[in-house]
Amino acid sequence: MSGQDLVSDQGLRVDGRRANELRQIRVRMGVFGQSDGSAYLEQGNTKVLAAVYGPHQPRGGGRGGNRSGTGIINCQYSMAVFSFSAGERKKRPRGDRKTQETSLQLRRAIEAIVQVELYPRSQIDVFVEVLQSDGSDYCAAVNAATLALIDAGIPIKDYSVGCTATIASMGASEEVDSKDETGSGTGIVDANHMEECTGATTLTVVALPGAPGSNYESDTDNSGLVVVAQGTGARLHLSRLEGLRQRALQGCRDTRVILDQAVRFHLTTHDPHFI
Amino acid sequence: MNDEDMIRVRLAVHRTNTNLSNGDHGMPRYYTPGEEVCSQPDFMRGHGTYMDDNDTLRASVAGVLEKVNKLISVKPLKARYQGEIGDVIVGRITELQQKRWKVDTNSKLDSALLLSSVNLPGGELRRRSAEDEQTMRRYLQEGDLICAEVQNVFADGSLSLHTRVLKYGKLSQGILLKVPPSLIKRKKVHFHNLLIGANLILGNNGYVWIGASIHNTDRTEGGFAQDLSRIPQQDREMCARLRNCILALARSNILLTDTSVIYAYDESTKYSANELLQPEAALDVALLTQQRLGERID
Repeated sequence: MSGQDLVSDQGLRVDGRRANELRQIRVRMGVFGQSDGSAYLEQGNTKVLAAVYGPHQPRGGGRGGNRSGTGIINCQYSMAVFSFSAGERKKRPRGDRKTQETSLQLRRAIEAIVQVELYPRSQIDVFVEVLQSDGSDYCAAVNAATLALIDAGIPIKDYSVGCTATIASMGASEEVDSKDETGSGTGIVDANHMEECTGATTLTVVALPGAPGSNYESDTDNSGLVVVAQGTGARLHLSRLEGLRQRALQGCRDTRVILDQAVRFHLTTHDPHFI
Repeated sequence: MNDEDMIRVRLAVHRTNTNLSNGDHGMPRYYTPGEEVCSQPDFMRGHGTYMDDNDTLRASVAGVLEKVNKLISVKPLKARYQGEIGDVIVGRITELQQKRWKVDTNSKLDSALLLSSVNLPGGELRRRSAEDEQTMRRYLQEGDLICAEVQNVFADGSLSLHTRVLKYGKLSQGILLKVPPSLIKRKKVHFHNLLIGANLILGNNGYVWIGASIHNTDRTEGGFAQDLSRIPQQDREMCARLRNCILALARSNILLTDTSVIYAYDESTKYSANELLQPEAALDVALLTQQRLGERID
């Protein structure tokens, strides 16, 4: 059995949260003047900036522009060289395998909500920069990118929300004990860096949770439309996957409520008025 | 240290909140993406909404609802410019193609200015020859700023422009500002010759032009002549002040009209032009402007 217990006997985690508790989320929208839309998001100590440019005419004639009937979504995920907390520095902010793959997955998450058919021959650029990394970076990036798209006034189907759920891995022989009574899944939600490093299994989910009261939520079995799912860490017994998924989806729904409140607050304070 | 050389640096926590509203003015109902707008099927789907699998109308942008008879649309606070025929726009030439210029107008795609929809030197009825196509760059080249009117909107949303009226054409000396298009109030007149001696073009696309010289240049040559004479220091300062005032209004989300800009300019006289760059001064000017606009209505 690898790693220590993620949850203590009192039901608390390393940073004092309960198993299904999110970190504090703080949001500012419209942080840049130059971009069409931008957002700054903090999830605990994970801090992310996102900027959206477009839809605009593709520039740089090298490729001859975009002649297709649908728009291009161009994503760049980068981590600041100083983003690690442990004093180490990254060699370069982008271009390595990990950030390239994350850029690709970010694009998936965005393509799921933006209707690219509406933007023939044009391009939307999404730039995400992780300023401080403390676990669940990709999820914070997806959330920030969604907010930036909303700020840019680009039509989207729903909030694309990311959340992780982590579970201490055990051998397949071990009995699946704590199938949660409440039905809200097992494992811990929104893992921070320390919890991610214990060697436990982390499931990352990007979902479209749907507005509260929408048809997605009505059936608890299949709530939320999962767009991107990714597992890291040790192997997981299949029987435990469902519980983990439920926990992550619940985290997505909770996050969506918080993000929605932040957007509403932004709207009330930034409405152009002319007395 | 000389006061003018002073560099002001402040921490992010000490930034000034430039929002005038604290969210308690007659709150309209706001919609956010994914929210249900209406579940009855007899409504028409407008901009900013979509129909989900269950035929429920949902919002796809964050903003306020606009209802015209049966057409429901949600208008975002900030978006790219969507052209309408007759709009006055300010734009920048980005590219030259066969028989057309491409113009950046802050919309989703670059707009086209056809060679046949400009006034060429030599009168209205001049035939456009192949030679004109080859010398297009003489009239307008990449980077030039123009003022034009939207002539047509194509199916994909891109615009076709024209400069067939003498007031349109190439812009010479001045300042270009970019503000969100939603801050420009739609008016009959978008050209303003301000009494302080500047001409202001509030383009519908969110590009604002502050022209320095008021004496009109000779427009008979099709509006391609530029007045590059030296602008006196006084006029330059006036333009800079005007720019800072407009930015202050834009930052506080006050709609831009000739009235609001003039009011802001009047209120700003207690500051020097460069002091207006400080957020406190900008906020003060915006507040005073809002007050005066309020008084005018009462």
